[in-house]
Parts: sequence; structure tokens; C-alpha cells
Amino acid sequence: MTLGRLSPRDFAQRLAAEGLPVRIEPFTVRVRSDIPALASGLRLHYAAYDLAEDGFADFHVQIARRRALRRWIRPQADFVFDGARPFKPLPLAQAYPMFEWGFNWCIANHCHQYVMIHAAVMERDDRALVMAAPPGSGKSTLCAGLVCSGWRLLSDELALIDPDRLALIPVPRPISLKNASIEVIRRYAPDGVIGPAAHDTHKGTVAHLRAPEASVLRAGEPARPGWVVFPRWEAGAPARLAPRTKARAVLGLMENSFNYSNLARRAFDTLTRLVDRSDCFDFSYGVLEDAAACFGKLEPPAW
Amino acid sequence: MAGPALLVAALRDPGCTSHWSLREWDLAIRQARASRLLGRLCVLIEGGADIAAVPAAPLAHLRGASIVAEEQRFAVQQEVERIQAALQGLGLPVILLKGAAYACADLPPARGRLFSDIDILVDRAALPDVEAALMLAGWASAHHDAYDQRYYRTWMHEIPPLQHLARGTVVDVHHAITPSTCRWMADSERMRAEALSLPGRPAVRVLAPADMILHSATHLFLEGESDGILRDLVDLDVLLRHFGQEAGFWTRLPERAEQVGLGRALYYALRHASRLLGTPVPAEAAAQTRRWAGGALRERLMDALYSRALQPRHPTAEDATTPLARWLLYVRGHWMRMPAHLLAVHLARKALKRVQPQEEAGTEAERDSPR
Repeated sequence: MTLGRLSPRDFAQRLAAEGLPVRIEPFTVRVRSDIPALASGLRLHYAAYDLAEDGFADFHVQIARRRALRRWIRPQADFVFDGARPFKPLPLAQAYPMFEWGFNWCIANHCHQYVMIHAAVMERDDRALVMAAPPGSGKSTLCAGLVCSGWRLLSDELALIDPDRLALIPVPRPISLKNASIEVIRRYAPDGVIGPAAHDTHKGTVAHLRAPEASVLRAGEPARPGWVVFPRWEAGAPARLAPRTKARAVLGLMENSFNYSNLARRAFDTLTRLVDRSDCFDFSYGVLEDAAACFGKLEPPAW
Repeated sequence: MAGPALLVAALRDPGCTSHWSLREWDLAIRQARASRLLGRLCVLIEGGADIAAVPAAPLAHLRGASIVAEEQRFAVQQEVERIQAALQGLGLPVILLKGAAYACADLPPARGRLFSDIDILVDRAALPDVEAALMLAGWASAHHDAYDQRYYRTWMHEIPPLQHLARGTVVDVHHAITPSTCRWMADSERMRAEALSLPGRPAVRVLAPADMILHSATHLFLEGESDGILRDLVDLDVLLRHFGQEAGFWTRLPERAEQVGLGRALYYALRHASRLLGTPVPAEAAAQTRRWAGGALRERLMDALYSRALQPRHPTAEDATTPLARWLLYVRGHWMRMPAHLLAVHLARKALKRVQPQEEAGTEAERDSPR
């Protein structure tokens, strides 16, 4: 059963009481909260996701209101991971983005069966496009743009590489848009569903674009390596793909990896094999439409 | 408590996991993760049960943790090579303790284990040379606070942790087994003198089997922070099962405890490892160590405290008295290590520091904003 099938009342009640076990492939996260903004955010973004009823959750998280005075004066929320509080509290209005950020943290800190890169991953013709870059490079904007132009969304933040199968594992979730890119995507894809904006976060204004339902339905299908791209947004720059050497591509992935130091040899081996099977580019762009056209013409690698 | 902790049941008998439902796995994974024992659980099931019977979702967590543990085991050995290289000019024996010793001597507790700092033991007289040599090779003191520096250097059996500037690895340099003001005074000289060299690593040594057990027990029951004490007890369990098969080990162990003055630690180790984890301890050895129990009242009190504090550090394995038990053991740890007048001053300074939080680079990184 999908979350969308629950009545708003049942949804809020179960969320506040025992928590809702949401199947966000390849994980189940049991999320508990009595904060209405979180309930409405989850309902908006996760209606098409299944409820996991088998009793197992990979992560138990709670977005908890701070008690005492904080309940009334500038109310705050905590991200609670199985009883522990790994972060400073945030204003209550940021409860939904806090869930998304906290979930990223859960995956990046625990799932070392994967080599994990801070990267957006899209797929076309069974080939994965891995776009690795530090925050502020226009990665999420580009990801949202491509996903609204026919690419399948695997993730906007986390490339999960299965070393045994050398496959990119989808974890399709809402795409986090920041500041000016919220308007850019609104104009680029008027049909896209964008949730309410949270202002004054540590990343500025943040709003999430709902993951396309087609991508959510295909969440169980991994993709083969295709391209590794390092994007950089630059005002007025023409859209241009410039070949990057394989060695520099491996170094770039290492720099953006969440768990390279945990996996060391295994990560090195996996990343070199991934790059071997991918065409590698640096990419600069100024206008999203040109960027999307450029990626539309990308030929898959010959092997 | 909601019955005996699932994790403890699995540590005693990995075979029992084959009957677990997904709901039970959900709980066990959380308890093991909170106790830093996921990797160990994986190794135990691989060795004593059918890993193929574990459902895919929990198996992913076991495998992930065991992969990290395996890489760490390798990384610790590499780091020991670097410490050896930094210290080889001094020509003195460097004794590896705890995790680094298990990894380099290829002992079973190293499998599936998470490693943190590398602990080494050297002659007290050589401390200045050792510290200087490590600093030349890139390790620098991570504690800049003058009080911390003085606290370590005056009262402790180790100098403040040294962190490598580039790699971030931490070395704890010890010059004794117990602090100089401690109520348990181990004969560190005697333990160092019988350390064993390792094949292929001429410059480093490890404590002899009985001493290794005694040191691990002393660490757990003297200063073990309650976060990690179940993990430390599991180390002891695995070591005892391993060395326990050597001829004469069980006669030697209480004798050695007597010689080096660590009888009480050994008594606690054998008692709690056998009670909680089912470690096989011959009746004779158990009876021999009983004399260090320190009276029936103390025995009952310590049993009550440790039977709570040694449970997985997870809400599902705690009862209403667990926080009190942990707090009492924390205070006891300090009490054991320092005379009363020093302890009063020390705890007051720590309390004051908590009220006036100081900017200390790196320590708050985890409490930062999420991505």
C-alpha cells in the first residue's frame, strides 16, 4: 500500500504514534513526528512510495519538537536517530528539509556496503550519468532540469555504487533546490511539483521538487555506468563538455566521496572500474536549456 | 527491561539468529549498531551459524560493518608500520596494546572490530624521546588546554593523545598499565618485561597472553567508558576462548594476576564474561579468582551495576535503573583512579568547563548542521 492511500487523519496519527515505515528504495526508514509541516511535506513528496509492513527498518528517525520554553518561543525541532541527536536543532519551519538532510546523513554514515559519492545520478538507455560536485556547482539544478527532460532520476545527492555488480543503485527522492534555482526550475518545468520553501536555512532558501513517479516506480532497477561528469555553473558560460582524463576523474570522485576513507582499497578499486567503463567530462554551463540540449546529444560509451 | 537483549543472546549463541523474524532483526541491528558490534556480529554468524539464512535487509548492515572493519584492520597495521618507522631510531621496544595488538598479532578479536586510537606502551624514561620522534613524524598533541595537559602528565598513565596532522590518526602513548594515583597498582615493569615480539615486525611487541587479558580487563573495569564496555567485554570473551585452549593458560592466568597486582580486574572479567556472554571458564580458575571479589556485599552491588551497564547502549536494553548504574560506575572509575582531594578538584573543573563551553577545533564537527 502506498502512503497516498492513507487518509490525512490516519497518516498524521500513525506518523505521530508508532511512526510510518516508508519504503524509499533500497531502504526502509521509519519516521515519527507530530509536526504538521513534516506530515504535509511527506504527504506531498512520498504519496507514491510504499509502506513497508515487514517489521524491519534500516533507520529509525524522529523529528521531535523541543520541549519546555522552546515550544512557545521560536520553536525548534531535533533530528533524532534511534535515540541519539547528531545535529543541532533547527527552527520548526525547517522540519521537512531537516528530515531529508538527516536521511542523507543516515545513509552516508551507515551504508558502507556501497561506495558513496556526493553526486546526482540520472539514467537514459540503461546508462548512468554520475554528476559529482561540491555544493554550489549547480548540480541539483542540472539534475532537476534533466529529470524534467526525460532522464530517470536515481538520486540528486547520493551516488550509491554497488562494488560487486558495478551498478548505480537508485534511491529516488525529492530534489533539493536552493535559492535562485527554485525559480529557474519553476520556469523550466511548470508541471513539476515543488513543495513550500523553507527560508533562512544554512543553505539559504530551500524547496524540494517531487521525484517523477516513473522514477519512483523503477527504483528497483540499477543502472550500468555511462558517464562521469563534473559540472560547474558559471553566469553566461556556453554549455560545453570537455573531456577529462580517467585519472583526474577518479581523483574527482574520491574528493566527493562520503566513505572513501572507510573503504580505502575497496573504494579505489570500485572507482577505477567505474571510470574505466564511463566517458568522463568537465562540464560548464550558464543556461539550463542549453545544458539539457547538450546532455540530450550525449552518445553512450561504446562498451 | 524487555527481556534479555537480543544482541546478547546472539553473542552467546549466534545460532539463535536463524529463528529470528524481521522484527527481531530490526531490534538486534539497532542494539549492535549502538554497541559498535555490527561487524563482530557478522563475523560470529559467519563462524558459528548460517549467514545465508540472514534476511537481505539486516544482512546488508552486517556486511557493510564487516567490510569497514576489515579495511580498518588493514589500515591499523599500516599505521603501526608508520609508528615503527618514526620510532626505530630510538632502539627501544614499543608495545602495542588492545586493538592494534589484536590486529598486528592476528588475534581473533581483530575480526569485525572497529578501531579508534592506536595505544602503545613505552618505558617512562623514554617518553620525551618518543613524543619528540612522533612529533617529528607529524603527530601533534590534540589537547591544547593547559589543565588537560597537566592532568594527563601529572596523574595519568598516558600522555595527551597525539593526532597526525595529515591523516588524522591518533596515538595514545602509555608509560604504565594503570595511572600513578590509581587504587589498583599494576606492576607495569613486569608486564613490559615479558612482552613478545611479533614475526615480521622486529620493532614492536605485544603483551604475553595472560597480560593481554589482564590489561584488557583493567581497562574495562577501571576506566571503560560505558559506551564501549560491552564491546570491551566481547574482546575479553574472544581472547579467553582463544588463549583458553593453550595448555597451562588457566593455571597461569590467576598466578600472573597475583604477581602483577590485578586480581580484582581478573575476577570481574571472568565473572561478567561468563555470566553475560557464556565464556567458558574452568571451575578451578573461577574459584581461584573468587578471593578478589572483596566481600559478599560488594560482590552483590557490583553484579547489580555491571549487569545493567554491560547491556547494549540502546533504549530497548535498558531499565529505569540503568542510567543510575552507569553514572555510579562512571564516578567509581574516577574514584578508583584518583585520591579524593584530587578527584574533587578534577570533577569541579570538568563541571565548570561544561557550563562555559570552549571553542575546541574538531570536537563539535559531528554536531554540525546536516547536509
